[in-house]
Amino acid sequence: MSNELEYMSRRVAAGKLNRRDFLGRAAALGVAATFANSLLASAAKAEGPVKGGILRAGMQGGAATDSLDPASWSSQVPYFFGRQWGEQLVQISPEGEPKPALAEEWGASDDAKTWTFKIRKGVQFHNGQEMTPADVVATIERHSDEKAKSGALGLMGGIASVKANGQDVVFELKEANADLPFLLDDYHLMIQPNGGKDKPDAGIGTGPYKVTVNEAGVRLGGEKFANYWRDDRGFADQIEIIVINDATARTSALQGGQVDIINRVEPKIVNLIKRVPGVVIRNVAGRGHYVFIAHCNTAPFDNNDLRLALKYALDREEMLDKILMGYGSLGNDTPINKAYPLFTEMEQRKFDPDKAAFHYKKSGHSGPVLLRTSDVAFPGAVDAAQLYQQSAAKAGITLDVKREPGDGYWSEVWNKQPFSASYWGGRPTQDQMYSTAYYSKADWNDTRFFREDFDKMLFQARSELDPAKRKAIYADMGQIVRDEGGVITPMFNDFIDATSAKVGGWVDDGNQEMMGGYALSKCWLNA
Amino acid sequence: MSSPILKLIAQRVALGLLLLLAVSVLIFAGTQILPGDVAQSILGQSATPQALANLREELGLNDPAIVRYFRWLGGILTGDLGTALSSRQDIATAIGGRLWNTLFLAFWAAIVSVPLAILLGLLAVRYRNGWIDKTISGLALASTSLPEFFVGYLLVYFFAVKWQIFPGISTVYDGMPFLERMKAIALPATALTLVVLAHMMRMTRAAILNVMQSAYIETAELKGLSPFDIIRKHAFPNAIAPIINVVMLNLAFLIVGVVVIEVIFVYPGMGQYLVDHVAKRDVPVVQAVGLIFAAVYIGLNIIADIAAIVANPRLRHPK
Repeated sequence: MSNELEYMSRRVAAGKLNRRDFLGRAAALGVAATFANSLLASAAKAEGPVKGGILRAGMQGGAATDSLDPASWSSQVPYFFGRQWGEQLVQISPEGEPKPALAEEWGASDDAKTWTFKIRKGVQFHNGQEMTPADVVATIERHSDEKAKSGALGLMGGIASVKANGQDVVFELKEANADLPFLLDDYHLMIQPNGGKDKPDAGIGTGPYKVTVNEAGVRLGGEKFANYWRDDRGFADQIEIIVINDATARTSALQGGQVDIINRVEPKIVNLIKRVPGVVIRNVAGRGHYVFIAHCNTAPFDNNDLRLALKYALDREEMLDKILMGYGSLGNDTPINKAYPLFTEMEQRKFDPDKAAFHYKKSGHSGPVLLRTSDVAFPGAVDAAQLYQQSAAKAGITLDVKREPGDGYWSEVWNKQPFSASYWGGRPTQDQMYSTAYYSKADWNDTRFFREDFDKMLFQARSELDPAKRKAIYADMGQIVRDEGGVITPMFNDFIDATSAKVGGWVDDGNQEMMGGYALSKCWLNA
Repeated sequence: MSSPILKLIAQRVALGLLLLLAVSVLIFAGTQILPGDVAQSILGQSATPQALANLREELGLNDPAIVRYFRWLGGILTGDLGTALSSRQDIATAIGGRLWNTLFLAFWAAIVSVPLAILLGLLAVRYRNGWIDKTISGLALASTSLPEFFVGYLLVYFFAVKWQIFPGISTVYDGMPFLERMKAIALPATALTLVVLAHMMRMTRAAILNVMQSAYIETAELKGLSPFDIIRKHAFPNAIAPIINVVMLNLAFLIVGVVVIEVIFVYPGMGQYLVDHVAKRDVPVVQAVGLIFAAVYIGLNIIADIAAIVANPRLRHPK
C-alpha cells in the first residue's frame, strides 16, 4: 500500500497526477489525510532540479552601449549575464557568507595583511584551457591597472601585490583587511584567461553557460558548458536574457509566457500582479536604500541641528507605505540595515514635528531649504520629495522641491548640489559601504562627511579579526552617522522580481535582485 | 521630360542638400550644449584630472568647435561616421543592423497602411456623409486620438497576454526565419498602422472632395460615368499631389518617430539605439543618428515635392 502511495506522490510532484486525485486515492486506501499531505510535501521537496529547456529572463538595465568586458560593467544586464558565464574566487551565499568558488579555501595571517587563497584544480575555461593561479593573478592585475578603467579599481587600491605560489595565490595588503574574501566577490572580478588582458570582452569564463548570443541592449544568450565543474548549477540547456526596459512590456512578456523571470516589478503594481494566475512574486529585503543627502560642509547643512531637524521632519512610515507600498523596511539615517553582517539594532528614529521644530529653531536657520529631486534618483523620488515637503511643513520647515531633469542628474546634481535625493545599491559588508560613501577621502562621499575619528574607527574595524570587537566598533560608527551624518534615509527597498509558476529552485537572496544574480544558473523549469 | 521640370527638380534637390547642411550645423551645435562633459561621462565619477585631460586630448575636445565641426562633416562626406565612444565600435557597422530593422518595420507598416488609407479615403468620398463615411472617419480619428503607447498596450493586452496569438515583445535578430520575424513585428506594425492611418485617410478624403467641386467632375457625371469611376479616373489623379505629400510625411514618421513603439514592443530599432547613446553622452553616435533621421525626413519630402511637380499637368505639358 505505502509503495503505491509513494509512487503516486511522486507522480503528483512531477505534475502527472493532480493533488485532489491523489488525496482521493489515498483516502480510498484508508490513509489519513494529514499523512497523505505530508507525503506529498516531502515528494515535492525531493523532486530535484529538472534539467533541460530554455530559461529566459526579461530584464531592465541593458543598453546598446553594454560590453562583455567585466571591467566596464555598471548596469544590471551585463552584470547579470556575467554571473552566468563567469565566476570569481569567492561568492557570497544567500545568507551573506563568503563561500568557495574558484578558490577552494583561504586563510589570513594574524595581522590580516597576508591572505592565501588555494585555487581550485581541474576547472576549465570555455575555450578548453585550464584555469590556473596565473590567470587569477592576471585578472587582479588588470583590474588594478588604471588603464582598464575597471569599476573594481577602488577596491583594488588596498592590494600591494598578488603572486602565484604553486596552487595558491597570495595577496599582500597595504592595510589590514578582514573583509578581503567579500571584496573578491565583486562582480567585476570574473576570472578570465590571462586576466582578459588579451581580449577583455571575449566573454570567456568558467561559469555554467558559454556565451552564444551577444547583441548588446537587445538579447544575450548562453548554452550549457559541458565541462562545467559543479553540478548544483546550470540546469537549463540554454539561457536567454531579453532586454525589456519598459516595465509594462516586461510584465506582459511574463504573462504572455515569452520570458520566465523578470526583474524590477514596480511596487505599485505588485498587488495586481499577484492576482495573475501562473505568476509568482519574489520579493526579498536587500541592502539598497533611498536617501536624501545633505552636505555636512555646506551652509546651511553644516549645522547638525538643521540636519537633525530635517531627520525628525521626515515621516518614514508614510513614505514606505505610499512610495514602496510596504515592499521595504524603515531606514534609520544610516546606510546599514539588518541585511548586513555584524549589524546592531538602534532605536528607530520616528517622525517628530516637535523635535524637528526644536532643532530647527536651535539651528538659527530661516527661510526655505532647497531639495533637488528627479525621477531617476529612485522610483517615486519626485512624489517622495513632495511627501517630505508636507511632513516638514508640519514642523514649520519650508522645503522647496526642485525637479531636475533625469538626463545628467548623476553628473550635475548628485554629489554636487548640497541637498538632493539619491539611491544606494548597498554593499556586501559594512566596511565596503562606509568606505565607498562615508570615508573622508572617498570619491563618492556624497554627504561630505569628513570625520577623522570615524575614519580611524573604519580602519580599526577593518583590521580586526575578532567579530565581536568589530561588531562593537560598527555599532558606534552607525550611531555617529545616524546622529551626526548628512544622510537622511527614509527606507530600504525590497528587490521585487517575478517568475512564472514553472520556475523551480528559487531561493531568497538579498545580495542583489534576481537571486543575487544567480537566477538563471540556480533555477530550473519544471515540466 | 522638358527642361523647366528638370530645373525645378534640380532646385528642390539643391535646396534639400542645403537644408541638410543647415541641420548638420544645428545637430552639432545641439550636442555641444548638452549638459555634462563627454570625457567626464566616459570615465565616470572616479576620473582623475590627468586621465580626463588625456582623454580630452585624444578626442580632440580641446580644439575650437568650428574645427571639430568641419572634421566631423568631412568624415561623414567620406562615409566615415566615426567610432562610438562608449563601445569603441565603428558607428556605421553598428547602425547598419538597427537601420535595417527600422526600415523593415516601417516598410511593412507602410505596405499595410498606405493602400488601406487611400482605399478607405476613396470609399469615404464615394459614400460621403453616409454611414460608411462616418464610420470610417470616426474609427480612424479614434485610433489616431489615442496616444500610440496606449494603442500599443491595448494590442499587447489582448493579442499577447489574453489570447496569446502574437508575441508581446518583438525582439528580432539576424538569422531569424522570415515568418517568425513577421510574427514578431505583427503587433508593432499594427500599432503604427493605426497611428498613421487616419491622417492619410482624412487627407485623401479632403483632397478628393476638394476636386469634386470642379466643373469637369460635373461633366463626367453628365457623361453618365459611375461615381466610383469618376473618383478613380478624374478626381484621384488630380488630387494626387497632396495625397503623396501626406503619405511621405507619414512614411517619415514611420522611420524617425517610432521610439515609443520601439520601447513598448522592445524592438531593436534606431530610436532605442539613439536613446541609449544619448544617456551615455555618446556624441558621435547621437550626431550620426540625428543626421540620418534628418536625411530621411528631408529626402522623403523632396520626393513628395518632386512627385507633386511631376503630377502637375501644367508643368508636365508647358505651352
